[in-house]
Amino acid sequence: MPQLDINGKTVAVETDLDRSLLSLLRDDLDLTGSKYGCGEGQCGACTVLIDEKSARSCITPVRAALGKKITTIEGLEKSGRLHPLQEAFLETEALQCGYCTSGMIMSGISLLRKNPNPPREEILRQMEGNVCRCGDYLRIVAALEKAARAIKEARK
Amino acid sequence: MPKTSAEIGGMGHSVKRKEDPRFIRGKGNYVDDIVLPDMIYMDIVRSPFAHATIKNIDTAKALATPGVLAVITGKDLAAYNLHWMPTLMSDTQMVLPVEKVMYQAQEVAAVLATDRYTAADGVDAVEVDYDPLPVVVDPFKALLPDAPILRTDKEGKKDNHIWHWEWGDKSATDQAFDEADVKVTQDIYIPRIHVASIETCGCVASFDKINGKLTVWMTTQAPHAIRTVFALVAGHVGLQEHKIQIISPDIGGGFGGKVPVYPGYVIAVAASVLTGKPVKWIEDRMENLQADSFARDYHIAAELAGKKDGTLTALRIKTVADHGYTDAAANPSKFPAGLFHICTGSYDLKAAHVEVDGVYTNKPPGGIAYRCSFRVTEAVHTIERMADLMAHEIGMDPADLRMKNFIAPDRFPYKSALGWEYDSGNYAGALKLAIDRIGYTDLRKEQAERRARGELMGIGISSFTEIVGAGPSKHFDILGLKMFDSAEIRIHPTGKVIARFGTKSQGQGHETTYAQIIAEELGIPAADIAVEEGDTDTAPYGLGTYASRSTPVAGAARAVAARKIREKAKKIAAYLLEAHEDDLDWEPGKFFVKGSPDRAKTIQEIALAAYTNHPQGMEAGLEAVSYYDPPNLTYPFGSYICVVDIDKGTGEVKVRRFMAVDDCGNIINPMIVEGQIHGGLTMGLAPALYEEIQYDESGNCLQGSFMNYLLPTAVETPAWETDKTCTPSPHHPLGAKGVGESATVGAPAAIVNAVVDALWHLGVRHIDIPITPPKVWKALRDAGVSE
Repeated sequence: MPQLDINGKTVAVETDLDRSLLSLLRDDLDLTGSKYGCGEGQCGACTVLIDEKSARSCITPVRAALGKKITTIEGLEKSGRLHPLQEAFLETEALQCGYCTSGMIMSGISLLRKNPNPPREEILRQMEGNVCRCGDYLRIVAALEKAARAIKEARK
Repeated sequence: MPKTSAEIGGMGHSVKRKEDPRFIRGKGNYVDDIVLPDMIYMDIVRSPFAHATIKNIDTAKALATPGVLAVITGKDLAAYNLHWMPTLMSDTQMVLPVEKVMYQAQEVAAVLATDRYTAADGVDAVEVDYDPLPVVVDPFKALLPDAPILRTDKEGKKDNHIWHWEWGDKSATDQAFDEADVKVTQDIYIPRIHVASIETCGCVASFDKINGKLTVWMTTQAPHAIRTVFALVAGHVGLQEHKIQIISPDIGGGFGGKVPVYPGYVIAVAASVLTGKPVKWIEDRMENLQADSFARDYHIAAELAGKKDGTLTALRIKTVADHGYTDAAANPSKFPAGLFHICTGSYDLKAAHVEVDGVYTNKPPGGIAYRCSFRVTEAVHTIERMADLMAHEIGMDPADLRMKNFIAPDRFPYKSALGWEYDSGNYAGALKLAIDRIGYTDLRKEQAERRARGELMGIGISSFTEIVGAGPSKHFDILGLKMFDSAEIRIHPTGKVIARFGTKSQGQGHETTYAQIIAEELGIPAADIAVEEGDTDTAPYGLGTYASRSTPVAGAARAVAARKIREKAKKIAAYLLEAHEDDLDWEPGKFFVKGSPDRAKTIQEIALAAYTNHPQGMEAGLEAVSYYDPPNLTYPFGSYICVVDIDKGTGEVKVRRFMAVDDCGNIINPMIVEGQIHGGLTMGLAPALYEEIQYDESGNCLQGSFMNYLLPTAVETPAWETDKTCTPSPHHPLGAKGVGESATVGAPAAIVNAVVDALWHLGVRHIDIPITPPKVWKALRDAGVSE
């Protein structure tokens, strides 16, 4: 039986492999933190990490994730410790209705893993595919910058 | 300065939002996250035509699809007289059609299946035989004598005109125009736009056949009103109000789009009653963008009269309002054009007259808000554009013209030419601060230098006045339900609080700000106060959250309820301290004997006594309910200044700077208010530069997905600069006003004014929003500007 590695756990997958990863996560595995926003990869609410890179789970077939490491918003908190970007979202209050937040955080983490010290332009380029309709992008960008500083501090 | 300590966290403290810890973990609980045992799924067959007779619906193939359980059509609902329902404006709308469809993407049938994919397959298998009818998408054509009559369901209806509404003194206005030195005239189209909250609409409807109770988890901004509407619509088939529970859980953005009762909700309820199973219905994005109610679609012809010295005297407006196939606007009943008559804005005009005509077309329903209060953006956009036109026309600086015509601070409460009583304002103060903060004088110098070099730079101002917090119940109701709102505060023996409200947060942070108001009034730490909303079984009745009414109305209710509790607490304190009530003083969190601050009882001690040691003859417990009917609306305001640079080659408009000075009276949580203003500005930028829903002549929606309905992202959004002045509302118990929509209302005019300011010397007088590069490019080429 095909298997997926989700948040560090191996999960046997008994489903049509052409289904979207988002629907598998939400409907079968009760990982509802990833959200449906548009179903066509335009809004970013469904963003997860596949092998450390951000991916739109709504347009990713389950097949494409086999054998890869999938991280969802639920997989970030380790032993009660939040990821620095989650902390930064709290501190900068970079969210309102919260619906886009999981996707924003996952997109941001993907960038921070690639470049722990991204310049503003790179942050904007990375976050271009994530829509926040409540609209406080200033704080979302500020949260990424804050998290980058926190990660740098932690490594000292 | 906050009156309470940071530990108590009353008004003025940037208390961290209580909502956020669950959201940043992906642990919010939105409607689509809800799963019930034995739940089935519903998907909807939608019309490809904007106007067509339904000749036949063949459900056989769909029913033969494995996993499909049932198909519901208009005829099924007609058997129970449930195929039509009232709109919030007392018009009628189809739940499912029997005879014809009237807009593209209209609901035609519903398929129930074991999972959402099978339901979608079932939708594909339903065969509908349509006979297309002539389509009318242009409201002006809809008013022509030979236009096809759309609402053939209305007996005797001979045209597509819905209503005519007018307001103001026509003869005084006409006279002021006759006497004017200068008149400016402009047609302004404010296009159809969609709120496009990232969470689409949906519900889980669960009917328990044994006890006859219906529970619906639903994306709604107004759960109590929805419950009443359900009871009115379906009471005759046994759904009665005490057996209906509407639960509005976490909501992923509302902005007005989650006020209406969409057919999908009603069909899901019918489906659950029919099958006895819980039914989940969640729209996809295309359904959301193509079929849910829209905002704006106002064709405005405006005229502004004034004197040569820049004094504005009168405003005259005629508007054609495209409502789509039914008037399902979300407006207070007595105001079919909403509060459009706030259109005299921040200026002391002698006279004004407004006419609006509602029109039917083959489009989905229009007339809901887009993060604004009942047509206030349309009003603000019009007056701010017209004031700017006048300034340019007479060669006066737009800031000077505004300063000259502002209602002076000592004129409040001010009665406007269209009859509103503005509660408080200091418009010159806000504009002066914006001018100073952005360096207006230097920017004008820079503009002159750049213009001399052939560069296009513009500076635009918008000095808006909003009207929010509906409303005094003598004027404001929805379907007869008076627009009060409510609060219930219950203090438990250990001094911890559960408070419930008739409103419903969709990102506004009510769990936090509501607790802060109670903390302010009772001195109980905000951390000790749990706020609950959105469950009609537990919360007191209220009209909900939209039109920036939560703080003006429910906020006041909570202050009044808390003050009732404090009155009772004082009696208990007097008993415990063996003192006379009149000898007690209050400071946040405790009563003490005047002159003896050590003889004190904390609110927590008093709460315990209310259950364990209350005075003889007094009822036990410590709780209160308030239904607050505001004496007036609140009038937040602000002045925004926008600086744009325009690319002559591409026509692209770049917002270089945007300074927003807002005044919403006393602030509950500065951090939340700043976030709301940032977001509101982004949602003002969106229609100004990007968003529009258009239809071709056949009624096909041209922006029915996020591929072509452009929402701003972090890349497009400028670095908003914000500041504030504070002019409290004199009638609100906390001196507060609404704020969540101010920026969306005020920002577009500042952006358009900046663009036109950059192009005025080329002969450009106006560009309708959204100001896309092709429109600017064409205006430049028409003016003979080469790249």
